[in-house]
Amino acid sequence: MTEVAAPTSALPEPGGPDPAAPVRRRRALGDNTIVVTLLAFVAAMVVGAILIAFSDPATRSASAYFFSAPMDTLRAAASAIGRGYAALFEGAVFNPTTAARGTVAGIFGPISETLVSATPLILGGLSVGLAFRAGLFNIGGQGQIVAGATCAGYVGFAWHLPVVIHLVVAIVAGMVGGGLWGALAGWLKARTGAHEVITTIMLNYVAVNMLGFLLSVKGFQRPPYGQAISNVVDANARLPHLLGSSLRVNAGLFLALLAAYAIHWLLTRSVLGFEFRAVGANQNAARTAGMSVERSYTRVMLIAGVLSGLAGVTQILGTNSAITGDIDAGIGFDAITVALLGRANAGGTVLAGLLFGALRAGGVQMQSSTGTPIDVVSVVQALIVLFIAAPALVRFLFRLHGSGAGAGQGLAKGWNG
Amino acid sequence: MKLELRGITKRFGSFTANDAIDLVVEPGEIHALLGENGAGKSTLMNVLYGLYHPDGGEILIDDKVVSFAGPADAMAAGIGMVHQHFMLVPVFTVAENVELGHEQTKGFGILDAAKARREVTEVSARYGLSVPPDALIQDLPVGVQQRVEIVKALIRNAKVLILDEPTAVLTPQETDELMEVMRTLKASGTSIVFITHKLREVRAVADRITVIRRGKVVGEASPNSSSAELASLMVGRPVQLTIEKAAHEPGDVIAEVDNVRIVDDAGQVVVDDVSFDVHAGEIYALAGVQGNGQTELTEAIIGLRPLDGGRITLSGRDITDSDVHDILRADLGYVPEDRLHDGLIGSFTVAENLVLDRYDSAEFSKGPSLDVGRIAANARQRVEEFDVRTQSVDAPGSTLSGGNQQKLVLARELSRPLKLLIVAQPTRGVDVGSTEFIHRRIVAERDGGAAVVLVSTELDEVLGLADRIGVMYRGKIIGEVPAGTSAETIGLLMAGTVPDDLPARLRDPGATATGSRTTVRTEEPL
Ligand SMILES: Nc1ncnc2c1ncn2[C@@H]1O[C@H](COP(=O)(O)OP(=O)(O)O)[C@@H](O)[C@H]1O
Ligand SMILES: [Mg+2]
Repeated sequence: MTEVAAPTSALPEPGGPDPAAPVRRRRALGDNTIVVTLLAFVAAMVVGAILIAFSDPATRSASAYFFSAPMDTLRAAASAIGRGYAALFEGAVFNPTTAARGTVAGIFGPISETLVSATPLILGGLSVGLAFRAGLFNIGGQGQIVAGATCAGYVGFAWHLPVVIHLVVAIVAGMVGGGLWGALAGWLKARTGAHEVITTIMLNYVAVNMLGFLLSVKGFQRPPYGQAISNVVDANARLPHLLGSSLRVNAGLFLALLAAYAIHWLLTRSVLGFEFRAVGANQNAARTAGMSVERSYTRVMLIAGVLSGLAGVTQILGTNSAITGDIDAGIGFDAITVALLGRANAGGTVLAGLLFGALRAGGVQMQSSTGTPIDVVSVVQALIVLFIAAPALVRFLFRLHGSGAGAGQGLAKGWNG
Repeated sequence: MKLELRGITKRFGSFTANDAIDLVVEPGEIHALLGENGAGKSTLMNVLYGLYHPDGGEILIDDKVVSFAGPADAMAAGIGMVHQHFMLVPVFTVAENVELGHEQTKGFGILDAAKARREVTEVSARYGLSVPPDALIQDLPVGVQQRVEIVKALIRNAKVLILDEPTAVLTPQETDELMEVMRTLKASGTSIVFITHKLREVRAVADRITVIRRGKVVGEASPNSSSAELASLMVGRPVQLTIEKAAHEPGDVIAEVDNVRIVDDAGQVVVDDVSFDVHAGEIYALAGVQGNGQTELTEAIIGLRPLDGGRITLSGRDITDSDVHDILRADLGYVPEDRLHDGLIGSFTVAENLVLDRYDSAEFSKGPSLDVGRIAANARQRVEEFDVRTQSVDAPGSTLSGGNQQKLVLARELSRPLKLLIVAQPTRGVDVGSTEFIHRRIVAERDGGAAVVLVSTELDEVLGLADRIGVMYRGKIIGEVPAGTSAETIGLLMAGTVPDDLPARLRDPGATATGSRTTVRTEEPL
């Protein structure tokens, strides 16, 4: 063969400045997960901006005469995007208008809302992430949250115990409820090989519908029995507010941070976590080394269930005061996204939970003050994870080079577990 | 086509895997790349194949500089590669695999299956590479899968074919067949880069030999060099190629396998009424061609597989129904045959892999927490003692080369006092330097009073190490012979024939009865 078919680029002349240096720098950037994550966020916000522009009535009407006066459309779009994201920021971090009143609520209100939203997301994310590290897909966050919230809530309104003790007992009840719900799926897999994706999804239906039934049972349902809502949790069983009663942020946040620390320890420093990780990474080697793969399925799902149960606890003993049918508030599924974004490690999950908490809190503000649908926020959330799962796409968009695969690869692996 | 690599440098982080490597492959030559595991051979070929971008140096084809952005460019330039780990889709047929990424269509995107089959048949006939075009990959023995990979490269008009450790997975017969294929290809003008660390093979087929050590070319050698010369060039010091060991002084019986019968998941009898015992201070080899029940038997001994009948005892204790954890704690060490699959966890660090079966013992844990300090200290000590080449004890196990991974598993299993050591294919895919080391450690374990069961398909290894040899054929021990038995006799037993001159007491009475299992390897599918 004499001719070389289309070599893509010739190598540089020797002697000149090293043209490979910027490439190398860009490759190093492209392999950095934090950089890729940040860029994914930026890319998702850009797409979100386009959606905001489209959802803005002024922009839409200006676009009807786009070709005669294109600047009108662009100006309207820029203004809508600016207002939308400003409202998002004000709802999630700091709102100068309310802060000007000088009240605690005015200054810390947005942060409080962010933290309140982040708390159950962190716990749910830890639950999904932990199971993931052991090679299991916990799609059952919803059911475990419902089970945890139901047990904690029941203890909270039906029992009447002294201060502190009541709270502790209610929290433990929620952990037990969620834990058992999770362990059930793990145990089914260990004993019968039933795939956890199927069992956890089915257990979601069971939990949600059982709750629906309970909400029509006397003693559970709140008199006068007209609405599907439970009795109100005793004040003794409520998680204390952290910044006074005007702000919703409560001690549930500490539960979440404590749990994150515990999971960090479990995964990096504990005998049990070593076993979970081994089973998750290479079942055959784990088995050959004498570990019981089946036993770890049950155990990891028990702990994952406890974590989701705690998310339910913070929902019912912190944020709300009575159980309703939607006590889970979509957290069970958002938790999957949080865990992916946090790359299934504790620190990452806390950060991801905070980010998603901020988007949730800010999204509400954005919708109420600018009329931008909150769905834009959901799209942004989904896109962030999509971009992270496909790091090659982010690298392409930002012209970075890299070699590693992203979260998606680990994700694909888990499905046959 | 003439291929030249000039000053190729490739770094992984601060580690230089290829350091200014020069290599010229002339048209129509078999150029052997000889080097220990981890020397950087695969890395160099991955650079050539466009999978890695070099940090320095250039590739020239017919004296013109080229650059490959990916394998597609390399293929277009006439370079074909058969990887160490095959890249075939198991549920596709041979023809479908060959066409993958190179599909023949009748227009409108409709696959032309007939043309594909014809192409495959034609190429396989031209080069004497028999492959069944309609068989599913998953049904084919490894040797045939490899031929499919070669056909795949040839159909894409490869003028230079890279074979990365092609013989690591082959039986001796398959190796001979492959060398025949290589000679045919050479005769038809294809150049071959043949990567290996097996001296016999290089000497048999190579026209030129380039030796790489620790990322650098350390010299060229002629195929007429002696094995000892090549080995010392490769390892960088004189190497003992024969195994030295003291006379065999067996002690008490340690392990007894009694009438063991194993049925696999598909309902086939894979181990059929096997009995043997191993004494302290003895190496008992289970020889035989791959797939005759050795794997299942060893898995049953350590508790990974249920028995269908029979009994296994360790130091008089019945372990037939014990689980793996308990059996390992009863001072049994196990080096599985597939280290990547069963022996270690790629994403775990070297340190973690070194305590994989003891992380929960009092030595490495304090109550519920791991003793990270002791785990790290243990790792540094083992890595030093077993000369495991790794960037650090915190590097993931998957970044080690095959030989070093094997040393890692061995280091773990030999780091506690053992009554019984089971080692399966301890030197498969392992270079000469490490092989020597691993053999010495196995013999040392025997001399220390442990009973050793060695499972090996390599005749040389069996002959060199064993004190007693049981040859397995179709799930049975077809004959048990003492050390010093001739290679011919054992070879015959491995092929299922019991030689007439074998003393009667050594013959297994049931051996000549028809086996209940046919092995894939003994019958070629074409
Ligand atoms: N992707 C990688 N990242 C880091 N180190 C690597 C990578 N691939 C190979 N190495 C290291 O480079 C060295 C050479 O590896 P390799 O080329 O596979 O050796 P060989 O094929 O000669 O056995 C080894 O020490 C290996 O650990
Ligand atoms: Mg290699």
